[in-house]
Order: sequence, then structure tokens, then C-alpha cells
Amino acid sequence: MPEQLLFAAEVTLNGLMAGVLYALVALGFVLIYKASGIFNYAQGVMALFAALTLVGIMEGQVPFAHLINITFGTEIHHFGWHVPAFLAIVLTVGVMVVFAWCVNHFVMRHLINQEPIILFMATIGLAYFLEGVGDLMWGSDIKRLDVGLPQGINEVIDQVTFDAFGYGFFIDNLDMVATVIAVILVAGLVIFSQYTKQGRALRAVADDHQAALSVGISLNYIWVLVWSIAGFVALVAGIMWGAKSGVQFSLSLIALKALPVLLIGGFTSIPGAIIGGLIIGVGEKLFEFAIGPMIGGATENWFAYVLALIFLVIRPQGLFGEKIIERV
Amino acid sequence: MKKLLATAMLTLGLAAPAAADLVFPSLDYRTGPFAAGGIPFADGYSDYLTLLNERDGGIGGVKISNPTCETAYNTEKGVECYEATKEGALIYQPLSTGITYQLIPKASVDQIPIHSMGYGRTSAANGKVFEWVFNYPTNYWNGASIAVKHILDVNGGDINGKKITLLHFNGAYGKEPIPTLEALSAKHGFEFSTIPIDFPGQEQKSQWLQIRREKPDYILFWGWGVMNQVAVQEAANIRYPMDQFIGIWWSGSENDVLPAGDGANGYKSLQFHNVGSDFPIFDDIKTHVIDKGLAAGAGDQVGTVLYNRGVYAAMLAAEAAKTAQGIHGEVNITGAMMRDGMEALEITEARMAELGLPNFGPTFKVTCENHGGRGPAAIAQWDAGGKEWKLVTDYMDPDEEVVNALIMEDSAAYAAENNIEERCN
Repeated sequence: MPEQLLFAAEVTLNGLMAGVLYALVALGFVLIYKASGIFNYAQGVMALFAALTLVGIMEGQVPFAHLINITFGTEIHHFGWHVPAFLAIVLTVGVMVVFAWCVNHFVMRHLINQEPIILFMATIGLAYFLEGVGDLMWGSDIKRLDVGLPQGINEVIDQVTFDAFGYGFFIDNLDMVATVIAVILVAGLVIFSQYTKQGRALRAVADDHQAALSVGISLNYIWVLVWSIAGFVALVAGIMWGAKSGVQFSLSLIALKALPVLLIGGFTSIPGAIIGGLIIGVGEKLFEFAIGPMIGGATENWFAYVLALIFLVIRPQGLFGEKIIERV
Repeated sequence: MKKLLATAMLTLGLAAPAAADLVFPSLDYRTGPFAAGGIPFADGYSDYLTLLNERDGGIGGVKISNPTCETAYNTEKGVECYEATKEGALIYQPLSTGITYQLIPKASVDQIPIHSMGYGRTSAANGKVFEWVFNYPTNYWNGASIAVKHILDVNGGDINGKKITLLHFNGAYGKEPIPTLEALSAKHGFEFSTIPIDFPGQEQKSQWLQIRREKPDYILFWGWGVMNQVAVQEAANIRYPMDQFIGIWWSGSENDVLPAGDGANGYKSLQFHNVGSDFPIFDDIKTHVIDKGLAAGAGDQVGTVLYNRGVYAAMLAAEAAKTAQGIHGEVNITGAMMRDGMEALEITEARMAELGLPNFGPTFKVTCENHGGRGPAAIAQWDAGGKEWKLVTDYMDPDEEVVNALIMEDSAAYAAENNIEERCN
């Protein structure tokens, strides 16, 4: 096989893996938009907050330690214990559920029937508030996240491809784990929304708030549920991205990677987020590989949006989005 | 109205300095995506100034005031902070190449010296053109030259045909060393290429697959923020030899290597000051600042690379103020007097030892013509087992022949564009 073709195949595989990571972020946006019509600007910060909380719990860090020490003149930083990763993940999910309840109780339920732009602005406020709380709670230093996920080149793939083609492919073990987790997550979410009572209620609310209320579905319950699930998805995204770069405040910027994915996959489709992620991942990586060197490189950030724009022009609701027809 | 103003000042996080104080404002960034790098520097800078107040009663008997303003590493906010704090200010550390570029023309009008230590506009080293800007003890072009010098050293002086790649932030800061490396490539015969990374740099798979395909012998790295941690992790992932991966001083703190764990072992970076906490000054900071509850932060950053850099910057600023007081026989100096002090600054080993910082940085002398000092830097290497940086070379001088020519060329172009007449004649 010609060398350039081998390289392109390697780039494509890595693009697919990167796309899965983008899709993990996009999923959180889709869940909340689908259930409440809110574009949740805070989704990236939720991933950051969830990852910060996870590391904080694992390391036995005292929340708000700096604030407590300044106020009371104490010198406390750690509880002195380490929590196993699995238990810490469960506890973090609990924190995200509490967060979801707070968001609904203190913000969203007061904004029922408001214009979408008002709800969007509320999530901007929420994002900055959550970032500040995260800083106060856990500090702004970069934290190492080690939940036992494998990382680095997959030796088997490297060896097999080397034996077959004379060139060993690079595939990151972490990306492979992310792919498996994303598949399980999407399958779980699809089963949940199709076959469970809560899932059907969620879809009913998404279709028509008033009609759902009239048949006895609690809007508050559904919104807490959906923000909780989005919090869980944010935690998964935070773990995957945090394992690559450490948990730090720039983790919230991963939301930038989700926007073109949403434009392509549609804001209301869970499988759309995955397909959109894969298209963006492969598209931007192949463009960078083939065209990047001719035009100075670093094309991925803008090319993802160009690709999204092309899809937007052809199909404004995205590949899997619902076509909205309003009759006058 | 006064009450309203005071409230507004407090809201902005600005403390109004007393009239007779020596004002050293800090343009900090303790929030935002770059906070992890901004906090230790800000802590070190403020703690050293607090130490001088507490231990020595200030500089020359005059207390120092250190109003702080949060820039979040944002150029527009940085300029706003400058405007809000410039009253009576003696020196600015803009802490961002973007902010530095914006402040260069303003500082000349306001007559407040800028010290962009190891960043900013490299050609500001030419004091004949840049009267109010200083970038001692070193700059990016010197850094690039010293990195190549180190590569020459480990290859017995011959790097003809070797491949050196610059992996860099795709902006002004990351592109700064390109002309120097091109000139050095022509001089030493190495093959030079560049690979840019867009902000913020959380996803670098394309760049590292390209590196894996092209197999450069050495990678020089100009990154900042999350870009650093991801690059070190990706290098470990593709099993790139870490001792052939050399970062600039902004890509060489504990923050950059700890997330990669053992994979970061052997990674190198340039440093223009020493690392670790084994210096007498830190005992004084503990006694007079941290133990008294006066630390700017949590007091947990002492001895980290970026905390040390903040301390070093504050020490150089304080020494320049002392020099200015000596020159003018006046303890309450102005910005213009401070500039004279900076232009006459001489850092000797004896003086650093006296200050509790023996072997902490290179010795250098600033002159009217040379605002950049001698330009030395050393190579540090990360020991993942001990979780510490260690200097593995002495301070090395840059290739003056190459760097000075570029500085002259760039500063001459700036002078022509802005109708600046050369001084120091």
C-alpha cells in the first residue's frame, strides 16, 4: 500500500476517535436542548466542574478550603483519605444530581415560558457562576486525573499494522476506551428514552410542555432528571478530556468543539451527535493532513466550522434534527 | 462621590496606593483558562514586595504599594488595567506578549517603564529605539539560539542534516522564534520545519501524528496553558524521546509535566532563573510573609518554577528602584527615574547572594543601548520520580552574531515606522 494512503488511513482512524470525544461533549447539549429547548452554554463548564469534583473527592480535598482558612484562620486542606475511583465517580454523580436540582429550583423553574434567548442568557450566567464556584471549591491549580484508564499507543494495533503494512498505526488506548464508553452511553440513552416511563415522559415534554403537563407529567421532575443526565454525560466527557490534559479551567473550552458537531448532527438527535462528531473528527483531521501543510497548518479549529456551515446551508436542521414547519 | 469611588475601586480589586508609596502595580491573571500559570507568578511577585515592606520597611525606607488588577490574560482587560492603575506607577510587568505590544506606545507617552521579562517584543532589547521597554535578562530569540546551542553540545558540535521542528502556539508569541531558527538553520545546516497548534490546543492528534511520520530529531516547543500539558502527554503517547523535546521557559513549569505522570520524565525546558525552594530568601518569605498571614495566595506555591519567576521579577524591579534612588539621590522616585535605574541595573553574583538568592539567576548588566542584558538561559530537566525540575546545564550565552543582527533589523524597522530617532549616542 502506498505510504501516503497508509498515513491517510491512520489519520482517518484517529479522526474517528477524536470525533467520539467531540460527540461526548455534544451529547450533553443535545439532552438538555431536546427536553427543554435550552441551548445550555454551561455544558463545557459542567464538564469542568464534574471533573474538578471527581479529583477533589478522590484526593480527599476539603471543599472551599482556601475560603475556610481565610475566614477562620485554620490550616486545613485535605481530609487525609483517598477515595477509590469508582466510589468517587458515584459520589460525583450525586453532586451533579444536587447541582441539577439547584439549577431547576433556583433558576429554570422561574423562567418557564420565557423566550429561548432568556433561557440561553441564564445558562451563560450559570456557566460563569459555576466556574467561580469550582475555583472557590477546588482551587485553580492543574490536577492530575487518574481513574485507571489506559493511555498511550496501543501496542497490538501498532504491531499488527506494522506486520501487515510495514508501518505501525498509532491509536491511543484512551481514545479506544472513550469509543467503547460512548457506544455504551448512547445505547443506554436510546434505551432509556424509548423503553422507560421516565424516558417517554421526557420525550413527551420535549414534544409539547403544555400537553405533557395536562397528562400529569411533572415538568420539574423531568428537568431535574435531564439536567442530572447531562451532568453525568459532562462527567464522562470531563474524565476523558481531563485524562489527556489534567483537570484545569481550560477544560470548559471543550464546548467549542461541540458546536460544529451539533450543527451537523442536529440539536435534538442523540445518534446525530455521534455521527456529527465522527464527520467533524475525520473531516478536520483529513483536511489538516492533506491541505494543512500547503497553507501553514493549524486548520482544524476553523475547518470544523466551515464543514458545519456547508451542512447548515444544505440542511439547516442538521442531519438528524427535526424539521420545524410552522403554519401561519 | 468619594465613597462611591472607593466602592468602585474595591469592586475592581484595586487598592489606592498612599501618595508617597513606591507603586508597583501587578497585572495578574488569577482567573480563566490560564489561571494555573498566572497565580504562582502573581503570588511570587507580591510576596517578595510584601517581604521588603515587612522586613526592610520598603525600598530606601519608602513602603511599596502593589495594586493588583485582574486581566484574565486578556489583552483588552490588560490595557484597561494599565489605565486604571497607572497613576504614580513605576514599572509594569504586562505578563502577556499581547498586552506588552499594546502598552509599548502608551508607556512611552506616560513615561512608565515596561519590563517584559522573557516575553513580549524581542527587539525591545535595543534600548536605542525602545527607551521605555526592557526585556532583560533574556528573550525568545536568545532562547531559540540557546536551545540550538544545547543541541549542538549534545551532538558534538555538528547538527548538519538533523531535523529540528518548532511546535508552536499559532500566534505572535509562538511565531517569535521562527526568524532566529531559520537563520540558525542556515548557519548550522539543520533541517528546520514548523508545526502550529491553534488555541487552546486541547486536541493535538494531527500535530503528533505528523511528528510521528516526519520523525524530527528534536522538537522545540513554544506553548502556553493547556497546550503544554497536552503536548507533553502526546509526546509520551507516541514515545517520543523526552530528552529531545525542549520547551521554552513558558512551557517548563510543574503544571506542564505533572498531569503526564512518569511519561513526562526527561522532558527539558529553558530557564533563565533557578528552580526549587532551597534558597535563603524563601525562609524570609515564610517568616515575614506567609507566617504572618500576608501571603498573596495560599502560600503553597513557594519554590515552584513560576513562583520563583515572580520572585525574580520583583527582585529585579526592586533592585532597579534602589539603583534609581542612588542615581537621583531621591527616595520617592518617578517612572522616569525608575527607567534610569533599570538602564543602570547590574546583577552580580555577590548581590544575589546578599539578597538570599545565591546562584538564582545569571549575572548581567543593562545599558542604554542594551535593554536585554546578556541573554543567558540554562536547560532544566524534569525528574518525574522526584517530581522536580533540575538545572542540567550552566547558563549559556546566546549566539549574539545571529540574534543581535535580527534585533537590529527589527528595531530599525520599528524606528522607521514610528519616526523614532535613535538615542544613547
